[in-house]
Amino acid sequence: MLEIKNLHVKLEEEDKQILKGVDLSVEAGKVHAIMGPNGSGKSTLSYVLSGRDGYEVTEGSATLGDQDLLDLEPEERAAAGLFLAFQYPVEIPGVGNMTFLRTAVNAQRKARGEEEMNATDFLKLVRARAKELKIDAEMLKRPVNVGFSGGEKKRNEVLQMAMLEPKMCILDETDSGLDVDAMKLVADGVNALRSEGRGFLVITHYQRLLDHIKPDVVHIMADGRIIKSGGPELALEVENNGYADILNEVV
Amino acid sequence: MALAERRITATEARLEGLQLVKGGWSSAARSDALQRLRQMGLPERRDEYWKFTRPDTLVQPETPKASVFDNDERPIFDGFDRLRIVFVDGVFDAEASDDLSLEGVSIERLADIADKDIHWAKDLYGVLEARGQSPVARPFAALNTAFATDGLMIHVTGKPSKPISLIYTHAKDDSDAILHHVIRVDAGAEATILENGPAAARFNKCMEIDVADTGKLHLVRAQGRDHERRAVTHLFARLGEESTLKAFTLTVNGVLTRNEAVVELTGDDAIAHIAGACVGDGDFHHDDTVFITHDAVNCESRQVFKKVLRNGATGVFQGKILVKEGAQKTDGYQISQSLLLDDDSQFLAKPELEIYADDVACSHGSTSGAIDEDALFYLRSRGVPEKAATNLLTLAFLAEAVQEIEDEALAEDLIERLENWLARRS
Ligand SMILES: Nc1ncnc2c1ncn2[C@@H]1O[C@H](COP(=O)(O)OP(=O)(O)O)[C@@H](O)[C@H]1O
Ligand SMILES: [Mg+2]
Repeated sequence: MLEIKNLHVKLEEEDKQILKGVDLSVEAGKVHAIMGPNGSGKSTLSYVLSGRDGYEVTEGSATLGDQDLLDLEPEERAAAGLFLAFQYPVEIPGVGNMTFLRTAVNAQRKARGEEEMNATDFLKLVRARAKELKIDAEMLKRPVNVGFSGGEKKRNEVLQMAMLEPKMCILDETDSGLDVDAMKLVADGVNALRSEGRGFLVITHYQRLLDHIKPDVVHIMADGRIIKSGGPELALEVENNGYADILNEVV
Repeated sequence: MALAERRITATEARLEGLQLVKGGWSSAARSDALQRLRQMGLPERRDEYWKFTRPDTLVQPETPKASVFDNDERPIFDGFDRLRIVFVDGVFDAEASDDLSLEGVSIERLADIADKDIHWAKDLYGVLEARGQSPVARPFAALNTAFATDGLMIHVTGKPSKPISLIYTHAKDDSDAILHHVIRVDAGAEATILENGPAAARFNKCMEIDVADTGKLHLVRAQGRDHERRAVTHLFARLGEESTLKAFTLTVNGVLTRNEAVVELTGDDAIAHIAGACVGDGDFHHDDTVFITHDAVNCESRQVFKKVLRNGATGVFQGKILVKEGAQKTDGYQISQSLLLDDDSQFLAKPELEIYADDVACSHGSTSGAIDEDALFYLRSRGVPEKAATNLLTLAFLAEAVQEIEDEALAEDLIERLENWLARRS
């Protein structure tokens, strides 16, 4: 479903190559994990896929289904079914969380030529989904992510994912800053969304999230490349020995 | 020509075409005002208080032309139950207006009562304006007191069941209107006054407001959409103990607008909120100049001004909080912010605090910035198209000011104007 081929990315503003040939293919129904040391380019990959400014693709391709992602505006990628749960969710003062969710849901529906969801149906759905994630009514009313704790922000990302029902979900360090309970809640939320037609790319620095969201494939990223891929056991290897061994092995 | 001489020449040239109303209770106030005006003279572009806004088109004797702008937008406040009072180019239009009787308020027309011997408004007409001339001169307000041709004397004695709505329509492209309203809110009384419309090609409006102890006044104003209109307006308010004044202004277009608010908190525990949101495009210059004096204990004042500027529009904010000796427990807040939608637009701000009491909490801030790129990307990544996301963020930016309006239905109506403004530019 998500096909990344030989992706090379540099910063737009400076001559700094960050991704140096990434190859990755995530099939529908599968969960792929990317692990790797800080600074290896994991967030950059997620941003480039979702269309953030500031990066230049110098080589390679990225497609979602039959769509060339790199050709689309960020909102078009979203409508095509791509979703990024941000490592650092953005605070938007003055925009209510509920308004934000509804605007997003209906914008995507409109872009896909579907009927917009009416206020009542939307409210019902959002309440049910929020409840599963233990997001209370108060949090839905507040401005987007403003004054949210780290855990609340991450749960809010998962809520958005649940409402938007994307085909391909990228989660960037969704476990960072969460205690065990919050992580479980987030993982349960993600697991509830796992389905035949949906792919996941879970970016994480630590193995612990992968205890809860069981991956099918694990990739190790270092210095802008995927240097090793394997089954869930690869994550355990990292957990036990750190990245050093794997990095040495490859060099 | 030396500055002083040039000022005198310009002032006299402007006065030439104006006629002082003689006789009646207001005549002394008018000649005093004229004297005041002659002493200070009309503003000059080199005056400190006018350094961000060029006064010349407001001073010049000939009215700069402004064409009447027809649009099919539903008039603001339409559909609200209100007492409608219409002025066309600054002249009261009885036919278009409702009957002026409403329980809890008495409303009279300045032009009708001018030749009466005495009137309650005599204690206020030109009085609050004169108080507001120090420490900074406000010559257009003095000119207004001297030469106002129409206006309303509104005495709020109870709690009128609906807002008093002043509708200013603009019919002639060279109209030059001078309106002066006096509002007195009795102890325990409460009213809402709405104002809307472009009023005239050039509009000089002065509003003197006296709120007695525990009285409350809400002002919600929407200045008209006419692109070429000019306006200089003054609000002078004096607030008694535990009284409240909340004023909000929305400005959408107009080539030149200067709104001054001069508020004195003279009774303990009084509250004054002065707020404004403006959106300007292109040849648009908008100036909010506010002076709030705390002269009593435990009073609260808020100034909240937000401006969205694009295509070379200019926004100005000059705001001051003066806390006098003995005005302890003052809570003063002032924020002025602009959202610049491109590099051509500019925001000029001069926030000031002057404090002579030791137990006060005052804060002020002024910022100028572009759309938050991170927020924009976040919204787009959720599927919201760039234009819609920008509009959403623009409205969010204005929200803090709009939230100053207590009445939610009125706030909604104003937000719709802002949405329309944004939509017209999408
Ligand atoms: N906008 C940017 N400006 C400067 N350096 C950047 C920018 N984005 C990423 N980088 C650099 O690229 C490298 C990869 O960063 P990132 O993708 O955030 O890594 P990870 O998510 O794996 O920790 C780092 O060296 C980081 O400093
Ligand atoms: Mg990262």
